[in-house]
Amino acid sequence: MENAAVKFDHVKKYFGKRQGLFGKTSLKAVDDVSFEIQKGEILAVVGESGCGKSTMAKMLCKVYEPTEGSIYVNGMDVTGHTKKKEVKRFRKEVQMIFQDPFGSLNPAHKVSHIVGRAVELHYPELTRAQVRERVVELFETVGLTPAADFMEKHPNQLSGGQRQRIVIARALAVKPSILVADEPTSMLDVSIGIDIMNLMIDLQKKEGLTYLYITHNLASARYMADRMVVMYAGSCVEQGSTDGIIESPLHPYTVLLLSSTPEPFREEKLEIHAAEDLPDLTGDMNQCPFSGRCPRASDRCRREKPGTYIIGDRQVKCFLYEHAKEGDGPLVDVSIYQGKEL
Amino acid sequence: MENREIVLSVKDLNVRYTADRGEVQAVTNVSFDIHKGEFFGLAGESGCGKSTVAFSIMQLLKGAARIAGGSIQFNGRNVLAFTKEELRTFRWEKSSMVLQSAMNNLNPVVTIGSQLMDAILAHEALPRRAAQERARELLKLVNIDPARIKAYPHELSGGMRQRVVIAMALALRPDLVIFDEPTTALDVVVQYNIIRRIQELKRRMGFSVLFITHDLPLMLEMCDRIAIMYAGRMAEIAPVERLLEGGAHPYTRGLLQAFPSLVGPRKELRGIPGSVPDLITPPAGCLFYERCAHRQEDCLLAPPALEDLGGGHSCACRHMLSKEVG
Repeated sequence: MENAAVKFDHVKKYFGKRQGLFGKTSLKAVDDVSFEIQKGEILAVVGESGCGKSTMAKMLCKVYEPTEGSIYVNGMDVTGHTKKKEVKRFRKEVQMIFQDPFGSLNPAHKVSHIVGRAVELHYPELTRAQVRERVVELFETVGLTPAADFMEKHPNQLSGGQRQRIVIARALAVKPSILVADEPTSMLDVSIGIDIMNLMIDLQKKEGLTYLYITHNLASARYMADRMVVMYAGSCVEQGSTDGIIESPLHPYTVLLLSSTPEPFREEKLEIHAAEDLPDLTGDMNQCPFSGRCPRASDRCRREKPGTYIIGDRQVKCFLYEHAKEGDGPLVDVSIYQGKEL
Repeated sequence: MENREIVLSVKDLNVRYTADRGEVQAVTNVSFDIHKGEFFGLAGESGCGKSTVAFSIMQLLKGAARIAGGSIQFNGRNVLAFTKEELRTFRWEKSSMVLQSAMNNLNPVVTIGSQLMDAILAHEALPRRAAQERARELLKLVNIDPARIKAYPHELSGGMRQRVVIAMALALRPDLVIFDEPTTALDVVVQYNIIRRIQELKRRMGFSVLFITHDLPLMLEMCDRIAIMYAGRMAEIAPVERLLEGGAHPYTRGLLQAFPSLVGPRKELRGIPGSVPDLITPPAGCLFYERCAHRQEDCLLAPPALEDLGGGHSCACRHMLSKEVG
């Protein structure tokens, strides 16, 4: 527990939402999520759009404050510290890599300035020559070598992959211990994106960085991370080792997500017709968020929210596993969706 | 496969874009055939010209783009020589297209039913009631309750809207439907649902599909044959089974090896180093030369031509890879 670089402790984030003329309801973007990331570990968070994964990233970066619950970074409760000085100190620990390398770099500046500025702001004691030296070092760390070929360029003169490397260099400029990467390769071609993933893994190994890696792609989660969290409608429905979850998913939603992911080398082909209606995130949450789509949902699932059941290294929020013991396998498989139009 | 009727035949297609610095050779000498009832995929990374090919087929290129050569035959007739009226009939009745974010292009102030009927009535002289009946059938076809015919686009989810667009594309029973990244903006569960629906409708109605995407795993799961483009040229056309064995072109091999997988051992993957050459002043030899791990001196002579290897497989490379080469 003390080794955890990041700890989410029953974190909730509700957004106010207007309804009708007078009413106001809240949208439960993240609802009671707990997990830990150990130092030097990559944790993947997977889920579909609207599941709350980006909200989690933003809370960890202090873009949003949790409505309830606490977030610990390197053992310190960082919730509620919103003074400028505190936030700045916090930013030295946690940095973010954005999805869109085209939109996250100022087109008016040279890339050496973009990276150098981050160094200057956080290390004001450095001389100009030292800043420049550090920028060259950062360019080399992210594989933009020789640095001199790239320093004087503007973002638009670089390819998508090179720009994403600049974004990473800028994040590394403050020497953070934790990086939050929100779909960092989804805008890049695969032949480029895979090298960005490799760079991130390299940095984890060499610099001992810790990552919260957000993705909608299960295969990339498996490539990057040893452990993962599966989100559905703001809820963490399952977490555990990536290999374990992909080999034998326990939660009915994980089963659905996994079997919908294209995988040409998978033996069995599935005939499922799952509906795509997004869950209502505003309703009262005294039910399992997946109960509306789940073929195995019982009355209880619609009246009561499942707790977190622990089976070995796996945590799952589903009543089916209430009495499961360590070593028990999945209680559902994809056949529950066979021919179903939910 | 080769004996089957050919619906679409593209031969030596060349498309150029006028830019400030000169002409962009967006598509160069691209040839392929799509057979009746075939699920044909066109893959490649951004800027490889795959969408330009689709727009050429539908004669939708505009502004700076022009077709600089080649032919496009549809059921034996030259699309490039169509008159305005012939083109009007061709689009939608013979060949229709579903675009990436088409679901957001539905008119927000008109019900989906009237939008479907508009498409039908623009091409067929039918009484309104008959057109409405057809619209209901179309909705049923894509698994949307016909009672929702009076729904406005915003009342439907993204996946449902995309299915309405697919219904619209099928309204006049075309022989060819072009899908340009139809599920890229959608979640995987929704994507799965839509892809299965397209496959089922194809089986039932017998149309051919030209499916364009950069998502190779998705394509390998659903297509019969896949064409892979690189820098405006055709690199390889192969049946899916052949690609699952690795493909013959080094670019195909590189692409296939850059996708993380859900099965098998976790192994380190490598991207393809370098970037696509400038298509305004392309190099004289093979366009993949700079990035190719298997390049040899003769690759610099001229871009290799697409060579027919039989069985629906062709490849443009002087040093094709055998199946064993990792």
